[in-house]
Amino acid sequence: MENQNPNAEEFLKGLWKENPVFVAVLGMCPALAVSNTAINSLAMGLATSFVLLCSSILVASLKSIIPKQVRITTYIIIIATFVTVVDFALAAFSPAIHKELGAFIALIVVNCLILGRQEAFASKHSVGLSILDALGMGIGFTFAMLCIGIPREILGSGSIFNISLFGSNFEPWVVMILPPGGFFMLGFLLLGFNWFTKKKKARINYG
Amino acid sequence: MKATEENNIIVNETLSENEPSSFSLVSALGIAGLLSGIILVGTFLYTNPLIQNNKEAAIQRAIYKVLPNCDSYIPLIMVENKLLEKVENANGKEESDKSELLIYAGYNANKELIGFAVPGSEPGFQDIIETMFGYDDMKRMIIGFEVLQSKETPGLGDKIFKDADFQTNFLELAIEPEIVPVKKGAKTKPNEVEAITGATISSKAIARLLNKTISIWKDPIDEFIRSNNLRISKNIN
Repeated sequence: MENQNPNAEEFLKGLWKENPVFVAVLGMCPALAVSNTAINSLAMGLATSFVLLCSSILVASLKSIIPKQVRITTYIIIIATFVTVVDFALAAFSPAIHKELGAFIALIVVNCLILGRQEAFASKHSVGLSILDALGMGIGFTFAMLCIGIPREILGSGSIFNISLFGSNFEPWVVMILPPGGFFMLGFLLLGFNWFTKKKKARINYG
Repeated sequence: MKATEENNIIVNETLSENEPSSFSLVSALGIAGLLSGIILVGTFLYTNPLIQNNKEAAIQRAIYKVLPNCDSYIPLIMVENKLLEKVENANGKEESDKSELLIYAGYNANKELIGFAVPGSEPGFQDIIETMFGYDDMKRMIIGFEVLQSKETPGLGDKIFKDADFQTNFLELAIEPEIVPVKKGAKTKPNEVEAITGATISSKAIARLLNKTISIWKDPIDEFIRSNNLRISKNIN
């Protein structure tokens, strides 16, 4: 990965090396709260990615006229705008998902992942690089949401994307779609992720 | 390590720069606010009619579900314990008074009154459960039930709208003397509701909701039918 050109690197880092959920452990509120089904995870991942992408474009293009003293306020205004856009759009085009996600759509505003990328990346880089960064981080976040949501839905409801897998004989592990299930799943995934990363590092050191 | 370096850079930059004028601070926030306003107003104008349509469609779907054979309906409001046909305002806009008591009278294809779709809400295990149910005045029975909004526990309390067995409770449920929740499989009388195992509180909340809402509407509905000489058609099924 180290030999690739820097543009690709900005995109790819969000997917794995600096994954917002598994490495940076950002955006825990939606990752735990609305990852109870695959469809909710996907919707939340895409909504967050959209807000992240639009905010990054605007912040990167306005960075020269935003004074440092009021930058956080300005970022929040920009982020809140796009969150409201997503809120309206979901209510208009997909009322069922809007009802499922409920207050967590409005809470995208306070997702550290988005404000963090504005402060750490978009405010210091060009529009093009910011788009790549936002896309990478957004896809990384959506991927992580699905990693939590799909197993939770399979175990907790015996289905995937609302398609029943095991028939009526399956007794679902209700705990998996309740809040503790989110913590269990995230815990296991972080364990697995870190174990994998450590093993890889060890291989590079000795090999 | 990296974060500390970044912080140092920010501190150095802030110290080395001159304080920007208040004007530039205000204008930066002003521009951000203006842009935000334009985007939001545009989105709102575009999506609001769609959102209103969705809401109406959801109510319509619920009415048709809880009143089988329903072909058309009219909203009725309660004014001083009497039911009146809801008239639209002169400017054509619907009144948005949320506190008004509203039910829907359903008619079949022959324009005969077949029942009433009644919205009702009651606190459940997590939050207010909002429902709509069909009430047949002639049979004194509940003939359909739909949950409009609920935050009941996924996998347990949400069976009030996901469990098909529980839903069959409300296809023919006598409302007199009152609706009583009983254990699953213990139903012997027409006024009993079989509760969901593992969701007793939600099941009881539904029974409470039905009793409470029926007691509000039963007399006004009877009065409405008497005073308008309406009779519910007998050939529902």
